[in-house]
Amino acid sequence: MSHIKTLAKDSLTLYGQSFQSRFLLGTALYDSPQQMLDSVSASGAEILTLGLRRQNPENGDGERFWQMIRSTGCTLLPNTAGCKSAKEAINLALMSREIFNTNWIKLEVIGDDYNLQPDPFQLLEAAQELIAQDFCVLPYCTDDLILCQRLREAGCQVLMPWGAPIGTGRGLLNRYALKSIRERFDCPLIIDAGLGSPSQACDAMELGFDAVLLNTAVAKARDPILMASSFKGAINAGRDAYRAGLMQQRQTASPSTPTIGQPFWHQHTNT
Amino acid sequence: MKSNSLRVVINAESYDLKCSAKLTDALSLWQSHCGEVEHFACAINGEFVPRSTYTTTKLNDGDCIDIVRPVGGG
Repeated sequence: MSHIKTLAKDSLTLYGQSFQSRFLLGTALYDSPQQMLDSVSASGAEILTLGLRRQNPENGDGERFWQMIRSTGCTLLPNTAGCKSAKEAINLALMSREIFNTNWIKLEVIGDDYNLQPDPFQLLEAAQELIAQDFCVLPYCTDDLILCQRLREAGCQVLMPWGAPIGTGRGLLNRYALKSIRERFDCPLIIDAGLGSPSQACDAMELGFDAVLLNTAVAKARDPILMASSFKGAINAGRDAYRAGLMQQRQTASPSTPTIGQPFWHQHTNT
Repeated sequence: MKSNSLRVVINAESYDLKCSAKLTDALSLWQSHCGEVEHFACAINGEFVPRSTYTTTKLNDGDCIDIVRPVGGG
């Protein structure tokens, strides 16, 4: 009974809003809108990321996409992907708030075209301004401890450090830094970007991260719907493992079967 | 371009309007070329313009208007 209660209480709370799923899913790169919808359904995700782009009506299918996203009933987390300055990100966030009617923003300010690494200085500046304008900022940041401290001081209630550069699928590149962040901050921490396999997502959750945000690993799988389901299972497994408490690693072997009562023992000692 | 008109760029395409044109006029012209759009947001020269001010926002020659719409994102 108490075990069931414990499971039921394990919700994710972000800016005062509770979620049962710890899987945040992106909505780009799918072969079709229907495949995206089916993947969302298989993932169990309750929060979806999406973006804003110039798009003339004759090009693309913006209205249909918007209707499909709304039909999921998921919480929307618009991003500022592609912005390279605080000013760009702030203005795109304001446009997002008007279109999506939400003050949640996944704040991205990119500082390098090669690895899409966040620009920490512009990111902090944008976060400060947007929080002053009543946004709930979820910053996509590096695993730099001091940057995370500054973002927390600015008022970010959630941090989203990268596991690896966007779209690389390389997993948790800097476990030391990520573990340090987990140990130092008690706010929700979401690994955002760089995860390529369910085992990597499980790894992040076992480290104590509160959730995982990804897109490419699902959308570019041979079977995105099956992969979404696989990530869902891995994230839940990792979360349960973290809550259950992992055993301490040891250098030397230790038998799990009792040695007392071992038959034939005397035969070995006599030879 | 005529002297009593101004030229603006909307999503990288040029449009000519009357000198007295407001943002709402530019958006109407854009939609008459490209089709009706319901969900969009707008910026002029990189600065967000709230929907509530479309009818009062004056345009200047050379203004660059960005109109954005929802797309998939990560």
